[in-house]
Amino acid sequence: MPDEDCNDAVRELYTFLDGELTDARRSAIRGHLDGCHPCLEAFDFEAELRMVVSHHCREQVPDALKARIAALIEQGAPEGPIV
Amino acid sequence: MADQATFTDQAMDLMPSLYSAALRMTRNPADAEDLVQETYLKAYRGFGSFEQGTNLKAWLYRILTNTFINRYRAAKRRPDETDLDDVEDFYLYRRLGGLEEARAGRSAEDELMDLFSEAEVKAAVDALPEQFRMAVLLADVEGFSYKEIASILEIPIGTVMSRLHRGRKNLQKALFEFATTQGLITADDVDAPSDATGAPTST
Repeated sequence: MPDEDCNDAVRELYTFLDGELTDARRSAIRGHLDGCHPCLEAFDFEAELRMVVSHHCREQVPDALKARIAALIEQGAPEGPIV
Repeated sequence: MADQATFTDQAMDLMPSLYSAALRMTRNPADAEDLVQETYLKAYRGFGSFEQGTNLKAWLYRILTNTFINRYRAAKRRPDETDLDDVEDFYLYRRLGGLEEARAGRSAEDELMDLFSEAEVKAAVDALPEQFRMAVLLADVEGFSYKEIASILEIPIGTVMSRLHRGRKNLQKALFEFATTQGLITADDVDAPSDATGAPTST
């Protein structure tokens, strides 16, 4: 039953994209995606959206912070109030 | 006493990741800087207890997360245990999936990258309640496994999975709302939230 396979695929979408399925489940979903265009498109969209989110959440460390931490480590990370 | 050279060598390169996470956790640059600094100092002092050969990044994130929870969450009256609405599967794809076909030759990723600015993505992530936001960040931005996230956040793997599931779907809803509110998406772009895209349904 193709609908049954789509249901399984949707239910395991995130686990699949997270690379957390067992090998057997992973190849079952892959097999389904190879033959089911609507599921493949939807899965691709989810994977690409995740890359966009990840890309946009990367920040540059302020140079002053980097320098401050490096200096504190060099002093042996003294205890006391954080300046 | 920790070996300063080893620590510097191994830990300093991870600062961009930790700072990015700290900023999404605290939602405030000054607090994020304090949090990262405190994390590095604690990590340095405790470096002797770090087991070489295990995942240093996960170890640093556990310190970051604990420090955040102890230091910043203490300022709030109660831990943030807000629940989230149920959001349908493929929420965004059902509404935007058609954009891709409209402009042939471009990937959905390119379209989405143009559609959602950095500020909007960050605002949508920041709008998630804390426990969902942390799970989504650790998985989708930092690429930690369920097991690593469970260990960093000190929660069971099943809880990691359910927070990711709900957090990701709510993130999609927030992104869509930002885009429509700001007129980035017009009625012409968006199909009725239906099966126009042929999105699979789970029943």
